[in-house]
Order: sequence, then structure tokens, then C-alpha cells
Amino acid sequence: MERIADREALGQVREASKAQVADSRCRILICAGTGCLAGGSGEIYERMCELVKDHPDVEVHFGPEIAHGNGEISVKKSGCHGFCEMGPLMRIEPQGILYTKVQPEDCDEIFHRTIEKGDIIRHLLFKQDGIEYQKQEEIPFYKKQTRNVLKNCGHIDAEHIQEYISTGGYQALEKALFEMTPEEIIQEISDSRLRGRGGGGFPTGYKWSQVARQAEKKRYVVCNGDEGDPGAFMDRSIMEGDPHKMIEGMMIAAYAVGAQEGYIYVRAEYPLAISRLKLAIAQAEECGLLGDHILGTDFSFRLHINRGAGAFVCGEGSALTASIEGNRGMPRVKPPRTVEQGLFGKPTVLNNVETFANVPMIIMDGAEWFKSIGPENSPGTKAFALTGSVKHTGLIEVPMGTTLREVIYDIGGGIKGDGKFKAVQIGGPSGGCLVTPHLDVSLDFDSLKKMGAMIGSGGLVVMDNHTCMVEVARFFMNFTQNESCGKCVPCREGTKRMLEILERIVAGNGKVEDLDLLEELANTITETALCGLGKSAALPVMSTLKLFRDEYMEHVVDKKCASHTCTALRRFIISPERCKGCSKCARNCPVGAISGQLREPYVIDTEKCIKCGACESACAFGAIHVEG
Amino acid sequence: MSYMTINNRRVAFTNERNVLSVIRKSGIDLPTFCYHSELSTYGACRMCVVEDERGRIFASCSEVPRDGMVIYTNTPRLQHHRRMIIELLLASHCRDCTTCAKNGVCTLQKLSRQLGITEVRFENNKKQLPLDTSSECVIRDPNKCILCGDCVRTCEEIQGLGILDFAFRGSRMQVMPAFNRDLAQTDCVGCGQCRAVCPTGAISIKQDVAPVWAALADRNIRVVAQIAPAVRVAVGDKFGIKKGENTLGRLAAALRRIGFDEVYDTNFGADLTVMEESKELVERLKSGENLSLFTSCCPAWVKFCENRYPQFRRNISSCKSPQEMFGALIKEEARMNAAKAAENGEENVKKTVVVSIMPCTAKKAEIRRPEHFTEGEQDVDYVLTTTEITRMIQEAGIDLSQVKPESLDMPFGLASGAGAIFGVTGGVTEAVLRRLVGSNREEDLEAISFTGIRGVDGIKEAQIELGGRTVKIAVVNGLHCAKIILDRMEAGEAHYDFVEVMACKRGCIAGGGQPVPIGPRTKKARLEGIYKIDNMAQIRLSNENPIVASVYDGILKGKEHKLLHNE
Repeated sequence: MERIADREALGQVREASKAQVADSRCRILICAGTGCLAGGSGEIYERMCELVKDHPDVEVHFGPEIAHGNGEISVKKSGCHGFCEMGPLMRIEPQGILYTKVQPEDCDEIFHRTIEKGDIIRHLLFKQDGIEYQKQEEIPFYKKQTRNVLKNCGHIDAEHIQEYISTGGYQALEKALFEMTPEEIIQEISDSRLRGRGGGGFPTGYKWSQVARQAEKKRYVVCNGDEGDPGAFMDRSIMEGDPHKMIEGMMIAAYAVGAQEGYIYVRAEYPLAISRLKLAIAQAEECGLLGDHILGTDFSFRLHINRGAGAFVCGEGSALTASIEGNRGMPRVKPPRTVEQGLFGKPTVLNNVETFANVPMIIMDGAEWFKSIGPENSPGTKAFALTGSVKHTGLIEVPMGTTLREVIYDIGGGIKGDGKFKAVQIGGPSGGCLVTPHLDVSLDFDSLKKMGAMIGSGGLVVMDNHTCMVEVARFFMNFTQNESCGKCVPCREGTKRMLEILERIVAGNGKVEDLDLLEELANTITETALCGLGKSAALPVMSTLKLFRDEYMEHVVDKKCASHTCTALRRFIISPERCKGCSKCARNCPVGAISGQLREPYVIDTEKCIKCGACESACAFGAIHVEG
Repeated sequence: MSYMTINNRRVAFTNERNVLSVIRKSGIDLPTFCYHSELSTYGACRMCVVEDERGRIFASCSEVPRDGMVIYTNTPRLQHHRRMIIELLLASHCRDCTTCAKNGVCTLQKLSRQLGITEVRFENNKKQLPLDTSSECVIRDPNKCILCGDCVRTCEEIQGLGILDFAFRGSRMQVMPAFNRDLAQTDCVGCGQCRAVCPTGAISIKQDVAPVWAALADRNIRVVAQIAPAVRVAVGDKFGIKKGENTLGRLAAALRRIGFDEVYDTNFGADLTVMEESKELVERLKSGENLSLFTSCCPAWVKFCENRYPQFRRNISSCKSPQEMFGALIKEEARMNAAKAAENGEENVKKTVVVSIMPCTAKKAEIRRPEHFTEGEQDVDYVLTTTEITRMIQEAGIDLSQVKPESLDMPFGLASGAGAIFGVTGGVTEAVLRRLVGSNREEDLEAISFTGIRGVDGIKEAQIELGGRTVKIAVVNGLHCAKIILDRMEAGEAHYDFVEVMACKRGCIAGGGQPVPIGPRTKKARLEGIYKIDNMAQIRLSNENPIVASVYDGILKGKEHKLLHNE
């Protein structure tokens, strides 16, 4: 692509790209997010390309470098649509049709019927409560969302900068460079009350102004893409689906604070995000949107990608900068804070992917527009990774202040199967649980903090009555313990001991005193740990202990797990009424714990039983079940 | 002047680095494992947590003091947290206190007692890790490590070496050299500063006590001791003797009681070093070859230079260190006596064993270097650190504070004040300059001491007029500072004619073999103690030591190079 030398040139490229997109008779967008790729969308893309190529009557283009002409069809790899559960997804424009669970075998039919004739293939449509949805936007999962940050995800080809430009991309940068002073930009961001989407909720504008105020002139802009929460993939989807939006946000930040260099810290487990970012940076460099004298101005900016080796703690600011510097990723004591002495000891703006992705929109549409979304103190939208026992899992974006009820029941379609809502774990290993009385609480930074939970980076795990809360606590503690950097004593040793106690409890060896000890440890860790991750490490345990103490007691005193999750606490029994004495269970038992006489009810020796459940699945008469 | 309220008392502060320093200044000894005023703030042990008036808890080591702060240091919450931290540390710690090298001087042990920990509610399920005994100077026992990182930061920040670092994470974290190599396979110089800061028994001195006991018990062996300058101001520490007091006379008496046959002064060896090194400096100044001249007294420094800056190897003085000069001399005398005895047909001539009593762990490695063997015989047989000799005296049931001082043996018990100041940074330089200026007038001596070579700064620069030319001098302590100087020299940004380097900060008084803990007050007292010895000395110049002249005429005649220099 040619170098965009100045403002006019950018305008021309934008118009040309828009025209190209508008000229397309048909655009086939195949989701190439990590989830859909794993589901086989790569093959679907290949097949669609072949079909389109082999067709004698149409001109085809796969990238943006196309000739104009009638009857043109384009096949594109898009970023994640968010509706991962229904993947692989295919969107067909201009109609806006969304085909779900597409298989390579479906491609011929799609091509011959939908592309050529305009027919709808009904079995590929999404259905809910007996209704078929032709258009993506009408599906309840999407309809209730406000997709601002994720607007382009799934709708553009993330591997071509022109696609981003065609949607108005880099217009905010243009505005910032030619119509605003750095001070005005910072003021606009401050006025918008944008708060850090990485979990802390620190006011972004204030952070930038602090960096701008430093005496040291060498400054850095760093993007935290080390999304380490288990189950969270908001940042990954942005990096994969719309990398330029985040890059544009970083550039505006750099211009505002006077930085000339930026780093994107991405975890190495996100290979697709890394390759898309690399491509995005290369394309931006090629056309002069990154580098020296951007758009003919005095503003120069270079971006580097730094791959993290997958340590959760490297999401913490000072550990992240240490890691970029080539040191061991361990948080350090503050002050000095990152805004004063961050990367390489220089003032540093460190924001999360989603935060940066919000910036271009605020610059374009203004602080007032941004504040019109969501509550006063936490305006804007927030992306969540909705997982667990809901019907529709995936990546969603809602205005801050949306209630849990709306998220779970309207967007997520309610609880899966026959389960009953029990709790939501929000904020991952640093977060806490919310239960039924909290369903109508507004999802924003401040109200969640009051509930003893936190928004975190946006992991939202819905749990039903088949979930054991002690096991949930153990799971998160296991994660935190593994991911503790080992620096400060409370986190290193305390989480290890908490995990030991929780393991003891789920194994049926817990004592009542253990609960006090857990609380004691949680208290010390929370109040004395060095970094934010350590301070919040005990939250999942504290929160479940507070809300589900009887469940803990049940494990400790009665040695029972009502949800039958804790294997060690399961007690298999054979109902004598139902048992026909066929001996199948005894033959399937790997440890010989079942005995009896043929045609007489069999019995399980609970001492020998290893609770594997082989007998339960072997029994043809449903005579074996877990007690309680 | 600003004020803060600590436990309801108003405390003034000025430019203290952190709240912890203000608290300590106010007379409250808030416990820490990982805070050292000379190291960067690490903030990992969380023992120094305090509470403010709003109930916020924070680590005082990493909080900047602000006017009007209100803090509490001993609330029930803080007590609970501190106890929990100690309990957690103990739970994963090898608790064989009774057989530990640090028994009695361990900070973990001390704080556990101080905080009244009577029970550990968690099982110690840590896997037993192997000890690293490969170094001739120190032993690493990872089972006793509490991961405070003091050794890591000392090695990196003070010594510029970075031999130790953290590996693995969470509760599997360990301190180790890169790739878990043995210390002996690394560039470790054996300075033992890691051991000096280690709050537990995770790094301890490689012990040579047993073979020395054996030699002392053997009637056929003549055991000769030499005592390094910095030992006499530190060996009293564990006997309740005032910090920094010169206990040489008591030590000599105690050594005789535990069986040493002769007790001499390494300061005498230092006098010989001054003679040789000043001669070498004059020669090099004249010829211009291999200038700068680097001192060679400190074996850790020599090893550092050889490992990391081999291009400067020829700049290192060819002089042996004082202990080695001394050892070579004693052994030569013994060989001469044995030859004489053989001529006289005497049988059963006693074998001589030289034991150096040193503040230093690196000296243990120095004696095994090939150049420190003369005629196939090791010049110094054993090095005992101050800490080891303290233990031996204690084991023998002797209370040093109750021993009547005795004089050292002659002739090598007589030394100048110039030899004594080898124990502090700048001392070697000062002693050499005294020799070269050649005046014992008080004002001339004072003029030398005021050139800027005294003091505890890491890098001190001085100039002095000698024989019609200006001699440029750098005095360095701490290998990190040596690195700075060498890099500057390498880049052509600096030139010195004479460079003195002591690996340990402040010199040998704070050596890796000295009794611990060494706080700022102890360091100051030892430094003053050394200068006091010099001030009190009748002989202030090495060349004025009559014994020096007599050995040059006697034992050393024609053998100066063989006995006092490295090849």
C-alpha cells in the first residue's frame, strides 16, 4: 500500500476504501477468531474461496487490492463475533445473515443457494424459543448488547488496514493530530470519565495527565494485553478482530503524553492476536501511519510487540514493565508509580487493550456522547466473557450499569438445562461471587466493589446448583497459588496454605477450625500482600465463605457435597428396591468394592470404594446413585 | 523539619528515605527481613507493616514519610499479621535450629521468639533440597532460605556480580545461580557478602575448624597463627566486648590457651606488602608499563578482575597479599630451620602449619591458588574466619571478655599502624603513600589522610605529588564500584596510576567472615577501632618497622621475588 503522506491522502484512502466496500455485491465474512478457527473455520474459508474462484461469472477478491466491477464477491476472514458457542460463524453482507455452526460441507449449499440465488438456508440459522433469526443483529444475544468497542469485530477483515480505514478508522487520530492539542485530548478523556478496563478502574485521563506532567521527556505508552484471567478473552478478541482500533488509541495516547515509543505486551498463548497485531503494525508502518512524521506532522511513534511467557502476575503494571525490560516479572514496591518511573524507569502510560480501544471513539464522538452510556461514575460499555452454565456463552459488550439479570437471562438466554441459578463469579481469580439478591445490582466498578467482588478484566462465570462453591474457591486458589510470583511472604506462603486447606476440605478431611484458619490467612494476605494480585488473591475464598458458609460446613462437618462435585465426598449406594442382583456393577468395579449374591441386592463397601462412578454408569436399572 | 505521629508520640523527621527509617529513629525496632539501608527496597517480607489512623495497612519500608502522618506500629491487627508471616515462614523452613550454623544469630529465630510463636499450624511438606558445598568459601542451604532476596540484591547491587537470582515462582521459588549451577562453576568471587546479609542459615561460611583442632591436638605440629587487622575489632562482638574495641591482646591469649604455638600479626605481612607494592608502583611509574597499578590484597577483587576484566590482569600488582607474604615467610623460615636441624642431626622436627585468622571468606580460596605454594608446600594451610575462631574460643569454654590480654609473639608480632589500616578501605593506599612520602611527621601523615582516600564512599579519587609528578589515585570499595571504574578506564574516560580495590563495602572490617549481624553502628565502631590502632601505634610507617628491615636482611635476602611475589 502506498504511503499516506498527509491528511488529504488519508481522506482519499478512506473514501476509496469505503467505495470498495460499498461496491461489493456480497461480502462473506468467515469468523477467524480463535474459537471458530478451532471449530474448523479455516477450512470453511478455503472452501468458500475455491467456490467463488471457480465461478465463471463473478469477479472475486480476497483482500482489499481489488479491481472494481459488477458482480463482485469478497471472501474475508473476520475477527471474533463473540457468539463463540454457535461457531463456526459466517456472516453474509449486505443482508447481515448469520449462519451458525457452519461446516465445510455446508459451503457448496451456501454458495449456490445464498450467494447465487439469495435464498436463506434455514438449518444454519440460529434458533431460540422456536424463532429463527435471519439477521445477526436481531438475535437476542446481540440485540441486547451495545457493541461499541467490539463494533468492528466480526464485521471487518482484521488483516487489512483499508478495512479499518473504511469504517472511519484513524479518523480520530487525524482529529487529534490536526484539530486538538495534547492538553485538549487529555481533557477530553478526563471529561469522558473513562476508567481503566483492566480491572482497577483508575481514571484514564488522570493517568495520562500525570505522565504528561513529568519532568522526564522520554515517555512510553504500554498496552497491557496479558489477559491472564482463566476464561477471559475480551482483549484477545479485540486484538484479533480489530487490532487497529487499539493501536489508534495508543497513538492518540502517545501524542497526548508526548511519547514516541510504545509496547504491546501480549501473552504468547495468543498466537493469532500476535500475528494480527504484527500484520497491523507492519501495514500501518508501510503506509506511514506508524513511524516518523505521521501524516506529515511532527508526531512520530513506533510500536513494538513483546510476548509474555504466560505469567498471570505480568498483568500487574510493574511486573509487566519488568518483563518487557527482560527482568523477572515481579511487582515492585510503589512509589515510584508507573506514571513516574515505569518502563525503563521512564514515565509510562500503561493501559489495557479495551481501554485503548475506547479512546478513538471518545475522540471522535466526544466525552458527552461517552458519558451518555452507563452510570455517571463508570460511563461507557464493558466487554465481558460470559461463560459457565448459561445457554449462550461468548463475548458480550454491554453498557456499564447493566444488571446481571439482563446479562444472564436476556443475553445469555438463562441457565442451561435444568439447573437453577446459584452464583456468578466475576473478576476471575481476583474477584468474588454474586448471588440471587445481587441479580439487579448495576455492573460497574463502584457497586461491585461494595459487594466484595470486582469487575476485574471481565470474566463472568455463571454457576448453577450443580456447582460446588468450595470447589470453585479451590479452583481459583489453585490458580492463584500457581501464578503467585513468590516475592512477598503472605502471597507465596499464604496462598499455598489456603490451597492446602481447601484441598483438605474437598477431600473430606477438613475440620471446623480450618474455616477459621482460612479466614485468618485470607485476612493477612489481603491486608499485607505486596501487589494488587496478592491483595485480591483471597477474594474468591472470602466471598464464597461469606455467601456459602453452610456449604463449607456441610463439607467439613457432614462430609457431604450437595452438588456431588467433590468426588471424595460422594457416597455411592445401591438401592435394594431397584437392584436386580445382576452383578454388572460388581464386575465393573475396578477395586472390587461391590459384593453380593446373584439375584439378591448388591452392596458397596464404602471403605474400598474409590468413588469413580463406574458402577453408576454400568447399572442398567438406575439402582446406583450418590447419596444425598 | 516535618513531624509524624508514631504510636501517639510526635516524631520529627527530615529527609528519611522511608517511614521505616523514621520509626527506627524514634526508637522502635520494627522487624524486617528484606530491608537493608544500602540496598534497594524490595518490600517482600511485609514484617514492617504499619497501620494509619484510617486503618489502612501498608509496608513502612516502601512509604515516603509525609508531614502529619499518623501511624501505629503495634496494633492487634499488625501483631496478628506479623505472627502469621513468621508462622508461614517457619512452616516452610528447615527448623533444625539446634544444628544450624546461624543458631543464635538467626533473624527468623530471633523474631519467632520475640513475637512469641509457640506453634506452627501448617505441615512442612517442602522437598528437601541438596546443599551446594562446591564453593571453598560459603555453603548454600536452600532449605533454610526464606527468599528475602538480600543476597540477590547484595550480589547484584553492591558487588555488581549477579551470581544469585530467583528461579521458579510461587511457593516453588528458589534462590540459585543461573541454571542451578554450583557456585564453584560461576563467577562467584567468594566475598561472602551474601552470607553477611543472609538473615538465616541459608548461606553460611565453609568451616575449617575441624582440621585446625586436629593440628592443634597434634604434638608434632607447630601451629602458627596470624591475625588480620580487621579481626581484632570484631572478634569481641560475641563476647559482650564493646563494638570496635581492639581485642588483639585477649585474642592472642585465647589462641595460646586453645593450643596455638605462636601468634603473630598479619599487619606485619601488610608491612611487607607496603614495601613491595610501593617499590612496584615507583617502577611502573618510571617505566610507564602496566599502569595503573591495581592492588592485590583482596582475593575477591583479584578473582573478579580475572573473571570479568581479564584485559586488566597485568595491571594487578604482582605482590602477594599480606597473609600470603606472611605465610611464605613463616614456611621459608621453617624450611631453613628444618634444614639446619637436619644438618645438626636432630630428629623429629615439628611440621609447621600456618593458620590465618581472617575477616574474609575469599581468603579460604586464595590459599589454594597454585601461586601460593612454595617448593610444593602451601604457604598458608588454613583460613579461619572471625566467626569460626569465635566458635572455637567458645567451644574451649573461654570467655574472651575475661581473658587477660597478652602480647603477640616476636619477631612477627610487631607491626606498624600502616599495616593496621589495611583493614579499611583506603588503608592500603594510605600505607603505600606514607612509605613513598617517607615522612613520619604528624602533619605529613595527616596531609595524606586528608587527600580524600578515607571515608566510606564507593569511589574516592585523590591526587598526590610524588617525586615531581602528580600521581592519580582511585580508592574503590564494593565490586559494583570497581566495575564503574574499570569501564571508565576501558573507555578511556579515566586514568589512574594507582587503584585500590576492596571487594567488600568499607573494606575488611565488613568482610564476609565477620560476626553478624553488622548494623551501621557496628560498621562505624569497627572503622574507628582500626584508625585508633593506627593512631596509638609507635610506628606509623612500614619501612620504620625494624623487623621489616631485619627480615629483608635475613630470611628474605635474595628471595624477595620468590616469597613475596606471584609469578
